Amino acid sequence: MTRWNAIWLAIVAALLIAVPTVIGNEFYVNMASQVLIYALFALSINMMLGYGGMVSLGHAGYLGLAGYACILLTINGFDQLSAAILALAFSTVMAGFFGMLSLRAPGLGFIMITLALGQIVWGIAYRANDLTGGDNGLRLPARPMPFGIDLNSAPRFYYFALAVVAVALFFIWRFSRSPFGASLMGARDQPRRMSMLGHNVWLIRWLTFVLAGFWGSVASLLFVYYNLFLSPHALGLQQSAEILLMAILGGASSLAGPIVGAAIITLVKNVISSYVERWNTLLGAIFVIVIIFMPYGLVPGCRELWRRIAQRRKPSASKAASEPAA
Amino acid sequence: MTAPALEIAGLNKRFGGLPATKNVSLTVMPGERRLIIGPNGAGKTTLFNLVTGDLSADSGSVKLFGQELMGMRTPERVHRGLARTYQILTLFPREKLVHNVVLALLGLDKLRWNPWAVLTGHRHLYDQAREALAQVGLAASAERVVAETSYGERRRLELAMALAQKPKVLLLDEPLAGLSQGERQTVRELLGKVPRDVTIVMIEHDMDTALGFAERITLLHYGEVIVEGTRAEVVADRRTREVYLGD
Repeated sequence: MTRWNAIWLAIVAALLIAVPTVIGNEFYVNMASQVLIYALFALSINMMLGYGGMVSLGHAGYLGLAGYACILLTINGFDQLSAAILALAFSTVMAGFFGMLSLRAPGLGFIMITLALGQIVWGIAYRANDLTGGDNGLRLPARPMPFGIDLNSAPRFYYFALAVVAVALFFIWRFSRSPFGASLMGARDQPRRMSMLGHNVWLIRWLTFVLAGFWGSVASLLFVYYNLFLSPHALGLQQSAEILLMAILGGASSLAGPIVGAAIITLVKNVISSYVERWNTLLGAIFVIVIIFMPYGLVPGCRELWRRIAQRRKPSASKAASEPAA
Repeated sequence: MTAPALEIAGLNKRFGGLPATKNVSLTVMPGERRLIIGPNGAGKTTLFNLVTGDLSADSGSVKLFGQELMGMRTPERVHRGLARTYQILTLFPREKLVHNVVLALLGLDKLRWNPWAVLTGHRHLYDQAREALAQVGLAASAERVVAETSYGERRRLELAMALAQKPKVLLLDEPLAGLSQGERQTVRELLGKVPRDVTIVMIEHDMDTALGFAERITLLHYGEVIVEGTRAEVVADRRTREVYLGD
């Protein structure tokens, strides 16, 4: 990590820690928690999209798998920790199964299979009334109390979500710089070549699918803990598409991109929608403008802009230095 | 008795009604330099694709040092000592040259499954990659991005990636294609320096280089082996002149 990156990271960490104190208003602290939850969703889908070149339209399915599993286990007498672990295990195993099915087809076929799998989960959640409560959804009796800490206040839940997202972010950061991450990006760019270099492209993609499913499931648990409720509306195609858009808007090829994308979309949806009736149109306009001017997303686009500005400054600075003093 | 480095027997592949290879059989001994020639569409690259597993054969057998490769996926074949370069360059253009070779080295290293370690922390891989680049005269360009290099440098990078894997059998698909005279000379010299424990099978249209390099030659025509023998035998054969060299 460069010195500048370390400084930026320290500033961002300090700002994030200061959010509840600075904002104060409970509504906006809750909003920040939502941003963190969606950021984790977007980061998890970005493992497939940005690093692996795999576009999934069924990521919200994990919300159904992990979320319903957690609620059902809790209301059937399991303690919160056991319920969370079992729900994560179940959802990750299902991600492995979904990965096997989805990776049978490349490109458009892959997208359509993930879409179909997501819709199957939604369909089960909607129709299996006895199990999922159907359209009425299911309620989680209470938030967990990790180490005896009550998470019912907005700032405490925010810090809990921040800690989970920080752990996930650190793992995904290491993942993106690891040998496995390099193999995944190689498989994204030149699958045939990677195969001829001895890499098992299918297995690399499948493992990534499972890892993305795991972190998507962690985000799902946070979602359920935050809302204390889950219904089929939360795991439909729109949710999957929004998570995908978050990663694309912020910049799928970067680590910070999905977080920025999640922040923009969540804020537009929850804050600006209070003032602008046609907030969907506004979101669409933002997306179109970003894609026109920064086709790789906001974060890579801003980096490129910064690089150009720095390049323009350099020649003028060196010219000034080379001019003789009057 | 030493097992052949590469033994192909009765290899068939059809694309619909079009036979791409017809009952192709050839034996390449360890350390040999074999040249595959033939007019465009003769099935030379298809033959390479069948050997590497890029394409699956309809029938026949491919053995590497006596071990059957049919039914194995491409990475498994690579792990048994097979490497190749492509006629159309397939590199990682946004990455540095050294990273391209590191990816080649990772392909044979268990480290490739590690999602936690920081890749750049494994200096031994980068040292090996730089050695491989130095072998092809690209030591000074190791930190350059592939997209900023010349075509000749990219051809040499392909070779470095293949050689870094220390293959037993190296398949070179037109390694001189698109190169200038000077660059051809450089690659010729590089190929001449490849140690004898690497068996080389090469497809090449540059007959001056190819004939100077090869010990035995196989002529393919419409997917069939029609002539095989030493340089002198193949060049002297009437069918070689008819279908390939011209009168």
